[in-house]
Amino acid sequence: MSAISTPPLAVVEENIPNDNRRSRRTTKIRGVRASFWVYAGLAVVVISAIFPFYWSFLIGSGDSSTINDPNMSWLPGGNFVSNALAVMNDPAVNFWPALWNSIWSSAVIAASVVFFSTLAGWAFAKLRFPGGKWLLAFVVATMAVPMQLGVVPLYLLFSDLGWTGQIGAIIIPALTSAFGVFWMTQYLQQTVPDELIEAARVDGASMIRTFWTVGVTAARPAAAMLFLFTFVGAWNQFFWPFIVLDRQNPTLPVALSLLQSNYFVDYSIVLAGVLLATIPLLILFAFTGRQLVSGIMAGAVKG
Amino acid sequence: MTSTATRPAASGPAHRPATERQPRVLSFSQKLSRWDLKVSPYLYISPFFILFAITGLFPIVYTAVISFQEWDLIRNSGTFIGFDQYIWILSQADFWTALRNTFSIFLLSSVPQLILAIFIAAMLDRNIRAKTFWRMSVLLPYVMAPVAVALIFSNMFGDNHGLVNNFLTSIGLNPIAWHKDPFWSHIAIATMVNFRWTGYNALILLAAMQAVPRDYYEAATVDGAGPFRQFWSITLPSLKPTLIFVIITATIGGLQIFDEPRMFDTFGRGGAANQWLTITLYLYNIGWGEFNFGRAAALAWILFIIILAIGLINLLVTRRLVRDEGGRGVVRPRRRRKGAQQ
Repeated sequence: MSAISTPPLAVVEENIPNDNRRSRRTTKIRGVRASFWVYAGLAVVVISAIFPFYWSFLIGSGDSSTINDPNMSWLPGGNFVSNALAVMNDPAVNFWPALWNSIWSSAVIAASVVFFSTLAGWAFAKLRFPGGKWLLAFVVATMAVPMQLGVVPLYLLFSDLGWTGQIGAIIIPALTSAFGVFWMTQYLQQTVPDELIEAARVDGASMIRTFWTVGVTAARPAAAMLFLFTFVGAWNQFFWPFIVLDRQNPTLPVALSLLQSNYFVDYSIVLAGVLLATIPLLILFAFTGRQLVSGIMAGAVKG
Repeated sequence: MTSTATRPAASGPAHRPATERQPRVLSFSQKLSRWDLKVSPYLYISPFFILFAITGLFPIVYTAVISFQEWDLIRNSGTFIGFDQYIWILSQADFWTALRNTFSIFLLSSVPQLILAIFIAAMLDRNIRAKTFWRMSVLLPYVMAPVAVALIFSNMFGDNHGLVNNFLTSIGLNPIAWHKDPFWSHIAIATMVNFRWTGYNALILLAAMQAVPRDYYEAATVDGAGPFRQFWSITLPSLKPTLIFVIITATIGGLQIFDEPRMFDTFGRGGAANQWLTITLYLYNIGWGEFNFGRAAALAWILFIIILAIGLINLLVTRRLVRDEGGRGVVRPRRRRKGAQQ
């Protein structure tokens, strides 16, 4: 729901498959090979990207005195497991329910966004119907609406329904995404030739069958990207869950915020918790980082 | 069914003499498929619009309604009081502090972030080995939750024994009051934003850089332009539309900033003297600290109007700049070239 938690919502001018782009690059490489300084510069960037992760491990594996020690060691201590256990067993934090809530709510949100976006994107990209262009423009316009504009009534609505504290209250508003619809529309417009649809229809396929056989098949790569970005976005969401969920039934970011709201803050516990809550996404990133990178690069505005 | 399949049924009778024209009878399946053709598109887009109506449109309108009311929590209804809530918000010193802080944090994060992102993108755009490795490493911070980032950096920016202050004192400088001085607290919060988003923006800019035809650089090299000159005269102008896009998204996101300032200290109220109170944090404090929904709703609308205003300004600027660019002929040749490839 945060406007920037999704890949660029700009005009996807082209979707050059990766290998295609690579071949264009290799045939026209800029003559000079990257110098030592380029690698040095990149190394600095990467170190500063990794350092906070290491720092949370460093503090999270020490004890409460580590942080106050000016001559602290740069090697991790041996307390990570006990700190992690302290987080997991802290009754105020509800770590395991939070982990489970984050996993299933993010998965449901991502699956739902992918499904509805593919459906709507298919209609906008490939079916002609009166008012289609205007409706698509409306969808894009809704992306400018900030989450804050809706929180008060949504909160009142969900508390009327008795849903405050329920994960449903964070899932329902996130089931569709304007960005997703736009992303799918762009992708399907470029990848599916109209002849393919006509052929399916001539063969007597109904609209929904055409969608399933032609649309869904063609949308798969874009759907995978959209799933990943929506999942990461939903996982990291904080503002609305923080308002509507309570301490007993949090998601991971809400649980993390509770770690710090204790009267006495033990940073070795807090940062062990931060790392614990980040590990699932680090695992996801290890397997899909490549796709995330190409998703961002495919969605960008190009010159 | 399809438009092509129904055509014979429609045009068939036309060839016969008018007197013999039979009433057009469609079989049930034909009727069904025509209905299918007409209704399906609306059916497919309806989930988005139905859900948006419930969780988007209704709240926006209702926020406006509530913003004109004095909301009673016990009765759970309000009494109409006109623009009083808006006047109240605009007369609060806190609001103006929050506005100043929001813009300050936004500028401190987006400007250095974009400059850095351009240079990172330029490095990634060079002919380097292990491209995927570098790109993935740069994107790594993006997967970390803003709350988690905020907790780590709040720790590093600790006033007494934080990593940064320890370092500053060890090289003989004075420690900085990260949690007291507004400017330095904004720097600390902006650093959290920059950590998470610089690599992401670098990849967007990298994509734009790769779309610049290599011929330009070859021609420039032939003309004797050095790498620095090439960067200024070819790369940067070609990035303009992308830069504008990144600026717009950063603005929308930056004006809504909440997670980082909320987690910057243990109290989460924006500092003892509102040093890092932002508009959304202020909205939260009014709505869920004081449970004054009428005022929170009014503030939400004020925020929306600010975002719209900035968005419009951005749009106008964008139009001008993009047109300039087309005139200089930086964009168009590439399009032609792409067309030729296909």
